[in-house]
Order: sequence, then C-alpha cells, then structure tokens
Amino acid sequence: MNQVFGVPLPALFGQLMLGLVSGCFYAMLSLGLAIIFGMLNIINFAHGALYMMGAVFTWIALEQFGLGYWWALLLVPLVVALFGVVVERTMLHRLYKLDNLYGLLLTFGIALVMEGFFRQRYGVSGLPYSIPDRFAGAFNLGFMFLPKYRAWVIFASLATCFATWFVIERTPMGAYLRAATENPKLVQAFGINVPVMITLTYAIGVGLAGLAGVLAAPATQISPLMGSNLIIVVFAVVVIGGMGSILGSVVTGLALGLIEGLTKVFYSQAANTVVFLIMALVLLVRPSGLFGKER
Amino acid sequence: MGLVAPFVVYPIFLMHALCFALFACAFNLLLGYTGLLSFGHAAFFGAAAYTTGYTVKMMGLGPAAGILAGTVAAMVLGSVFGMLVIRRQGIYFAMITLALAQLVYFFFLQSSFTGGEDGIQGIPRGHFLWIINLGDDRKLYYFVLAIFLVGFVVIHRTIHSPFGQVLNAIRENEPRAVSLGYDVNKYKLQAFVISAALSGLAGATYAIVFTFVTLTSADWHTSGDVVLMTLLGGMGTVFGPIVGAFALVSLQSQLADKVGSFVTVIMGGMFIVCVLLLRNGIVGELSGLYYRVVGRRPD
Amino acid sequence: MKRTLIRMLLGCLLLTAVQAGAQAKAGGGKISDGVVKIGVITDLSGLYSDLSGQGSVIAAQMAVADFGGKVLGAPVQVVSADHQDKPDVAASKARDWFDTQGVDVIVDGVHSGAGLAVSKVAAEKHRIFIDSGAGSTRFTNEDCNPYTIHYAYDTYATGSATGKAVVQHGGKTWFFITADYAFGKSLQQDTTTAVTAVGGKVLGSALAPLNTPDFSSYLLQAQGSGAQVIGLANAGGDTINSIKAASEFGINKKQTLAGLLVFITDIHALGLQVTQGMYVASGFYWDMNDETRKWSKAFFAKANKMPTMVQAGVYSSVLEYLRAVQAAGTDDADAVMKKLKEMKLNDVFVKNGYIRADGRMVHDFYLFQVKSPSESKGPWDYYKLIATVPGDQAFQPLSLSRCPMIKK
Repeated sequence: MNQVFGVPLPALFGQLMLGLVSGCFYAMLSLGLAIIFGMLNIINFAHGALYMMGAVFTWIALEQFGLGYWWALLLVPLVVALFGVVVERTMLHRLYKLDNLYGLLLTFGIALVMEGFFRQRYGVSGLPYSIPDRFAGAFNLGFMFLPKYRAWVIFASLATCFATWFVIERTPMGAYLRAATENPKLVQAFGINVPVMITLTYAIGVGLAGLAGVLAAPATQISPLMGSNLIIVVFAVVVIGGMGSILGSVVTGLALGLIEGLTKVFYSQAANTVVFLIMALVLLVRPSGLFGKER
Repeated sequence: MGLVAPFVVYPIFLMHALCFALFACAFNLLLGYTGLLSFGHAAFFGAAAYTTGYTVKMMGLGPAAGILAGTVAAMVLGSVFGMLVIRRQGIYFAMITLALAQLVYFFFLQSSFTGGEDGIQGIPRGHFLWIINLGDDRKLYYFVLAIFLVGFVVIHRTIHSPFGQVLNAIRENEPRAVSLGYDVNKYKLQAFVISAALSGLAGATYAIVFTFVTLTSADWHTSGDVVLMTLLGGMGTVFGPIVGAFALVSLQSQLADKVGSFVTVIMGGMFIVCVLLLRNGIVGELSGLYYRVVGRRPD
Repeated sequence: MKRTLIRMLLGCLLLTAVQAGAQAKAGGGKISDGVVKIGVITDLSGLYSDLSGQGSVIAAQMAVADFGGKVLGAPVQVVSADHQDKPDVAASKARDWFDTQGVDVIVDGVHSGAGLAVSKVAAEKHRIFIDSGAGSTRFTNEDCNPYTIHYAYDTYATGSATGKAVVQHGGKTWFFITADYAFGKSLQQDTTTAVTAVGGKVLGSALAPLNTPDFSSYLLQAQGSGAQVIGLANAGGDTINSIKAASEFGINKKQTLAGLLVFITDIHALGLQVTQGMYVASGFYWDMNDETRKWSKAFFAKANKMPTMVQAGVYSSVLEYLRAVQAAGTDDADAVMKKLKEMKLNDVFVKNGYIRADGRMVHDFYLFQVKSPSESKGPWDYYKLIATVPGDQAFQPLSLSRCPMIKK
C-alpha cells in the first residue's frame, strides 16, 4: 500500500473524506445560525435540537407513516421550519426589543425541552435508520473507498449551501430579507411586510437545520443527544468564522471539518479539542473572527 | 434555622444545595451585578473539584488544604479565561466562555489524572483541624455551612462596596462608565476572577461532600444549571441565587426518579417561563410585589 | 429584604416537610426496618438498557416471587433507578438509598464506572453490592472490597474465551476499538493477555468515547493497521454500531470482527446475516437445557425478549441473596456476606458455583458460535454450543489477583 507520512493512503483519504462530511454538517448548521444571527441578532441555541428533530422526524416518517427517505428529504425540513415559525411567532418576537442574551436563554430553554421530551420517549440508545438502497455500497476509487451515501451528503449539502447563499445574496427576495432585518422601519414604510420577512428568515435558518438532520439520519446514530453534542462545536465554528457572514461560516465549517479529519489521522486524541484550540488562537489574533464584521 | 436543619433534613441534600447556592451566588456577581453572561462557569467548578479530589486522594492533603488548592486552581483558570475574553461583550462573551469551557472539558476527558469517564472516586473526607471527623455527615454539614457563609459574606461585601458600585455602573451603562474615566476592563476582569474563584470554592467543597468528581462537574449542562438557578431566583438580587439553587436541587432530586428525563423538559420550561414572564426571578418579582404593596421605593 | 428572609424561611420549612417524609427510621432486630429492600441500579434508557435495564428489574422481581415474597417473616421489596451511565448519579443514588430508604442490597450495576462508584459507597456504608452488569476485572482486583461480589461475568472470562478461539482459527494480528472507560480498558487488557499467550499479536488500538455515534473513523484506523482481527472492546449499543459501520464500509469482508462482550440482544438487533460465525462467550443461554428454557419463557412472557446473561445473573443473585439471609437469620450485611461466601450456589443460572475470597463468583462459562440464517429455526435461536470452559479456568486465577484483601 502507498503511504504518506507513514499513513496508508486509504486511511488518510478515508479520514479526510469523513472530515469533509463532518465539515458539511458544520457548514450547514453554522449557515443556519449565521443567517438567524446576522439578520435577527438572535443566537439560536435550539439549532442543535432542531437538527436532532429533523433526524428523529425522518425516522418517524418511516416508522409511523411508511414514508421513505426521499419523502422525508422534502417534507421534514418543511415540518421543522413550521415548528420554527410557531416558536418565532409565539415566543421569540417578544424578545427583539430586549438584550439579545434573552434570546439565547429562551432558545436554550427550548433546546432543553426538546431534548428532554425526545429522550423521555426514545431513550438515548439510538434509533436505527438504514441507508436508502440507491446509496448502498461504495465506489472503489483505488486509493480509497468512498461510500455512496457519504458522497451524496457532500453533494447535497454543498448544493444547499450554495443555493442558500445565492438566494440571500443575489436575488431580490434575499435583498428584501436583508433590508428588512437591517432597517425594519424604513422597509415597512415601503409597504413590505417586515414581520413576515423576519419569520421567514427564522424559518429558513431552522429548515436548514432540519435538512441537515435528514441527511444525517442514515449516516449516524439518531439519538436525542446528537444535537447537543454538535451545537457546541458549531458555536466554535461560528466564532472562528465570524458571526453574521454567510460565506464565512460555510468556508470555515468545511475547513474545520477537514482539519479535524486530518488530526484524527496523525494524533487522534486531540481531534475533539482542535476546533476549540483554533478558536482560542483566532480570538487572540482576530477577535471578530476570520470573516466577521462586528455588530 | 440553618443550624438545626441537618437533624431534620437529609444532610447530603442540604450540602448539595449549599454548594450550588454558593456557585450561583458567585455566578450572579458576574451576571446580575456586572452584566456579563458566562456560559462556561462549570469549567471553574470542575477544575476546582478535580484539583481538590486529586490533592486529597492522591497527594494526601487534608480537606481544608485541598479545598484551598481547588479554589486557587479555579482562580488561576479564571484569570486565564478572563484575559482572553474580557474585551468581548454580550453574546460573543457568552459563546466564547462556552467554547473555552469545552476546551477545558475535553482536557479533563483526556487526562489521566482525572480518571476520564470514571472520574476520581473514593476521595477521603479526612479530618478538619485534626480532630473533627468530616466522615460524619452532620459534622461535615457545619463545615460546609461555614464555607458557604464565608463565600456569601465575600460576595455581599463586594456588592456593597465602592468596587461593587462601579460594577453596577458598568452593567447599566458601560460607555458612560468609560467616559467617567473608569478602566472598565480592569473592573470586569477582577469581577470575573472573583466569580471564578468562588465558583471554584463551591466545586472544591462539592468534591469533599460527595467523595467523587466526574466529568459532569465540568459539563456545559452544569453551566446551564447555574444560569437557570440565577435566572429563576432573580439575578441582581442578593438571595435570589440561593433560592434558585435550593429550588433546582430539590426539583432534580425529587423528580429524577419519578419522571426520568422529563426533568430536563421541566427545566427548559422554567427557562422559557422566566425569560418571557418572570425576568426578575422569584425573589425579584416577590420583592417588587412587596414594595408595591407596602408603597415604598426599593433602596 | 425582610420579605425575602421570610420567604426563605417558608421555603426551607416546606423543604423540611418534604424531606422528612423521605426519612427511614433505623430499627433494631433481625431484619432492619422490618423489610428487606433490594435496589436495582441500572441503565434504563441508554445503550445498555436492552442487555440489562428494565429486564433486570423484571428478573429481580421474578426472583423475589419465586422465593416466596418474604424472608424470615419480613416482606421483600424491589426498587429501581436509572443511573444514566453516570458514576456520580449512581453513587448519589446508592448513598441516598442506603442512608434514607433502608435499602439492604444493590444489584445489577451495569456500566463499570457506575458499578465501581456504587461498590465504593457500599463498602463505606457496610452494605452489600452484587454486580451482574458491569464487567471490569477491577472489581476483583484493584478495587475489591469485602462488600462487593462480582457475580455474572467479567472481562477476563469473555475476552479470553473469545480471544483464544479467534486466534486458534487464524486471527493472529489484532487491532482494538475500545470504549474509553474502565470497562473497555479492562476488556482490552484481559483479551490482550489471552491473545498474546496463544501466539497472537496486537498491532494497535483506538479509544472511542462511550456512545460514539459514528464509528467510521475508528474503523478506518483499524483498516489502516492491516490487522486480521478487529477486536471490539465495547458492548451494547457501541458494539451494534461498530458492526453496522463495518458492514457499511465493507470492512468485514477482509477483516474479522471479534465482539469481545456480546449479548443475545445485540445479535437480535443486528440480525444473523451480519453476525453469523461470530464467537460469543457467555455464562448463560436460554436454550441450554429444560430448566433454562422454562425460566426464560416465563421471563419472555413479561419482558418480550429472551433474557441475557446479565438479567439471568440478576435473577440468580437476588435468589441466592435471599437464601443467604434465610440461612443467616438476619439481613445484617456482614453475616449475610459470610453466609454467601460459604454457600454452594445452585439455580437456573449457576450450578455448583461459589464465591471466592476476592468476591469473584466462580461458575462455568460457555463458548458459542452464532448460527447462520439457514441454521436458525426462528427468532432468538441464534447460538450453537462449541465448548464449555470450567469455572476455575474461565476466570483469572486467584494467584494472579491484584486484590489487596488476598493474603499471599
């Protein structure tokens, strides 16, 4: 077998590939967080729980309703986004006038409620969900094995991130969204329904988390704790990338996933901590993050 | 009343509540009086607990010396964290403290001296002043009560001193405090370190009471617990955190058996209710009510 | 401020009233408090809940019922708690049970970290802990104490039997994927000892946290090492997930997966297609003889699945405990412990078993192989017996024990 730095090629590329997949999830989740924060100035602590909800609903869709993966891919993000709309309309919008720390605390509470509820119902040992038949097996690329499902995840998440970025930065709808959150009164004067724009923004951010959950369901163990394990890392990603920058969060998410994968190859004990180490370093050198603009 | 309690109520429960009451009061110094929300305070609690556990079990230190060692460790960690984060504000401050605490958590997970997932177990309680055997739960209770009172007095004096007034000013209007010539960052850093050290004192005492330390003490859920205690009890009030701590510890110990994970749901619900309706917490709302009824302005 | 103090006072009085209700009065006489309370501390909702969990509670209740529901004229009660795989929760619960609830003995204790914590509390409070769930050999070595009995199995018994069998079938080079806590490390250590003793070689290992959601990167490390055998030094949900991920990546085609602690519930969850041919070392199987079949069917009627070694162990330990209380004439821990170490143990789980000075319950162990789908006649018909390992060979010899209680 060929080796690089004493590591066989399949192992190296395998870990990089897994790192890239992780990075895709980091990117999608931090994208959602960045949208919500950048436009609403709310830190959505419930993001991890919403991701978990996406995965659990995917399982429920199959178990209770017999709806397969492709249905779930379409419907679950919509259901999760709907849930987000309800949360925003009933609870979050009361807090916009207050210090945004209250938003953090409220969403933290929501995350606890969701985690506790699903934990009570389903335990923590994980719900099984098999890879859809279309994606079973792997491509043998010679220098590594690429499981088909993971390849799909990479493709789907990159496509989604690109599409979201495009909609927000390059379309008129996106322009309305950005304007409405930057200067609500002025935009309202133009006749645009600002509260709806705000709710829509939150729904998009949340829907992204739900979609990430659907993608994750066949690949990893569906457990009520999957969100809380991930959310802290995603926060670190967002801090490193700079909050409020959409492109920044995607690029940082992918990069950190790859770095984590690389660390697993050479010094696997540190893989968990490397993201936080990088975060501490970035904070010392560039406090507002690599791509960030301070608010 | 506090002196008689251990004869009527299970002492371990009381000590558990007292440790967290101290932790919450220390946390409140930062949140209620300086206006800084730290989501990583469990790092100090845990660092002190592990240091005390290690020094007492592996190095044979007595309980008082061990607790002192733990508190110092937390103070040092607090200074390091403080220097990294003190220039940041609001949300950024919260998220960065959370992430730094995770760094500490993973360090504890990997280190051999913490015992990883198994934790440090069987920490001897030892003797205080060579004659008082802390193995007896009742005697230990008075020891813990004394520690709590010391910590509480420190916090109380800090709040009601000129230093405390400046912290209040910073919380209410930071740019104004700056314009008045105060070195705001220095004050915030000092408050942060005091808060960290006293959180450490709580953690160190916890280690001696329960005779074990596990990763839970440095887990971010513990950071969340102390935020809830302070929020529920009333941030910016003196007794609020104590009430919040007792309430939460009672809730967790009474309900955990009967409703399992539902406890988390209830806690989350309490967060939501407090943020939406009871922003001043139990003590805050009740004081407000009292003063409205009596017709006096709060001092 | 005054109002706050009044509020605090009322609050404390309320708490006092609540807690006072939970106090148990310590009584004198033969049976403390007039009732024998058995506490089952286990994982009710996590990755070990299928192999122990509610099933263990049912097993304990069955033992009490089969014994007659009373001992020495006093009723027997079973209480249970979920330690959520956390040592601190387990230790707090044990302490609370012993101090305020009058619990006389604790059983199960799955998750070695939690079990070890309970064992220490039991030793401090001079009450008995009979562990059937946790496997680490530390219970009878470094962490042994006079109040703990390591009952159903340990990592030495399962690791050695499986390890030796795999090496003898050609799996000489090994890579371990190990759960990063007391149990996983013990299992890896004990299996390494056995494997190297018969000519095997360990090429490396990877430590994975408990409840790892995705084993892919660890399996890639194992694949990269080129070892013939991937030893899974984990259990329950972790083992299931490791095996699943291995088939997703096609790793099980070139390398052999060796589950070093496998339960029938794992095989049931994974299916025979994926697990056929695997070696399983266990102290119990429901389909061994008429007695086990009869008892297991009664268990199945209540639990809806066949009993695992842990659950059968809990049944047996509770039954033998009650017999010891009867024989000793009291539930005082020291007297009962003395009786237990003198008795010969005989029930559906153990034949001619006995408890050694280090707390190890010695009984026969069995090596099984998982049937192929065509060999199996129906659900739960998964094992065929390959060999029986007599008790004194299955467990670590007393001469090698690192237990401080043993005088050499």
